[in-house]
Amino acid sequence: MTTSDFLEHAAAATLDPARPPAVRLSGVCKTFGGADAVPVLDEIDLQVAAGELLCVLGASGCGKSTLLNLIAGLDRPSAGQISVDGGHAALMFQESALFPWLTAAGNVELALRLRKVAKAERREQARRLLSLVRLDGAADKRVHELSGGMRQRVAMARALAQNSAVLLMDEPFAALDAITRDVLHEELVSLWEGNAREGRPLAIVFVTHNVREAVRLGQRVVLLSSRPGRVAREWSVDLPQPRRIEDAAVAGLAAEITGELRREISRHA
Amino acid sequence: MPDETPRIPAQRDLATLEAGLDALETARSTRAEPLRRLLRILLPPLLAAAALLGLWNLLVLARIKPGWVLPGPGDVYDALVADWTRYGIGDALLGSISRAVIGFGASVLLGTLIGLAAAGSRTLRSAVAPLLSGLQNLPSVAWVPIAIMWFGITPATIYTVMLLGAVPSVVIGLIDGIDQVPPIYRKVGGNLGARGLVLVRRVLLPAALPAYVSGLKQGWAFSWRSLMAAELIAVSPTLGPGIGQTLELARENQDMALAFATVLLILGLGVLVNVLGFAPVERGLRHRRGLERA
Repeated sequence: MTTSDFLEHAAAATLDPARPPAVRLSGVCKTFGGADAVPVLDEIDLQVAAGELLCVLGASGCGKSTLLNLIAGLDRPSAGQISVDGGHAALMFQESALFPWLTAAGNVELALRLRKVAKAERREQARRLLSLVRLDGAADKRVHELSGGMRQRVAMARALAQNSAVLLMDEPFAALDAITRDVLHEELVSLWEGNAREGRPLAIVFVTHNVREAVRLGQRVVLLSSRPGRVAREWSVDLPQPRRIEDAAVAGLAAEITGELRREISRHA
Repeated sequence: MPDETPRIPAQRDLATLEAGLDALETARSTRAEPLRRLLRILLPPLLAAAALLGLWNLLVLARIKPGWVLPGPGDVYDALVADWTRYGIGDALLGSISRAVIGFGASVLLGTLIGLAAAGSRTLRSAVAPLLSGLQNLPSVAWVPIAIMWFGITPATIYTVMLLGAVPSVVIGLIDGIDQVPPIYRKVGGNLGARGLVLVRRVLLPAALPAYVSGLKQGWAFSWRSLMAAELIAVSPTLGPGIGQTLELARENQDMALAFATVLLILGLGVLVNVLGFAPVERGLRHRRGLERA
């Protein structure tokens, strides 16, 4: 992707071009194992603008999760540079990975405590974050008392508590039923828009293998090829929010992207 | 200012929809009311104990063995009452309990320290784990002769045997617990900013707590056993009273009823510590983490 492409896109998404990119990857490669191993990620150049909602699509084995791990700093690239605005990105997974020995509020408060937020403020902030994901009544509930969707909302509140400019989401809704997933799409977009309104734009890198989900959410969709993982193509999604997953326009673009994805997978036959 | 989110209709719809989903999908608390729970917990073992007592009485009534070989429950009770002051059974009990508290307490402290030292390093854990399980398989009675040769018949002997019996269980419990922490917890903890000791304190130890408590429970069983073994073998007036010595006294006097009474006391104390100490803690842990058996 060239710089001019990027700026054009940023303008389309009504983003502030003066802000530095939230995430910048240049020439990022990742190889596991020996020198002759096939790289999982190969020469990835990718920029995520401040406050952008980017969806990363790809078949199994395209290195989507590896990409997030690299951005999150859980792993180091074999080559190339990665910079993250503020130096830190919050991370969410398919499992909520909430700590079962803490209550919902306790999980959020732990994130605040580890950020050295003063004790008196922690309670108040955790309450506010839980209320953002509409879990005011569930603050004192234990993790096992919450449904899958509620757990992911607590996990969202915990991720927001990290106060990062970047949120990385690794198939966060893949294990949920369709109705709950639909509701959480709405929830996520509303949180993201809320952050933008308050002048704290949150860039989201949302990894999924669900094409419609990517089009439903993303301002931009990046398709990764598999083995090696490269940016195969990208689409700018110029549909206004709120979108719905069953919208004809969403389905239309999803069909196009699915066609591309199938071609991409067929190359490996 | 952040609270001034405009309540546009779409937002209200979402809130209602979510509230409905939450209500439908939330598991209801399955914990029964306290009295029923107590009954459900206590009744089965009490019934089993009563059945055992009945069977014992039946065997005695059938007179398959003479009374000095198999005394009845009544004889044992009488012996206990009669010998309580004569042999100072109360003092013996207190003596053993105080040794148990000191010995088990020291085992927990030492075992926890060793476990924590191993917590940071997987290599260290895999190095000490086989050693410890080997030590755990060795009956701690085997240490009694060595301990006597080292320390003579002194409290040090008793505590050495107890430590060698109980420390491995405590360490293994903690190490197992830390090994079994789901990798994603470390990942999340790290992403939230927990490193080093903070990660241990805020993530690894809480996650390992159930296994640690199991280790403590087993450690208690081993220290109680080791204490009795040591008291039985290392008998000396200088050592002070202990329930193991009472048992040895019963053997010397060929007093079967007293021997039965003493064994029942030893058994009862062990059970009591489990029922009043470990069982509620384990149940509470399981309940809070949603690990209760159906």
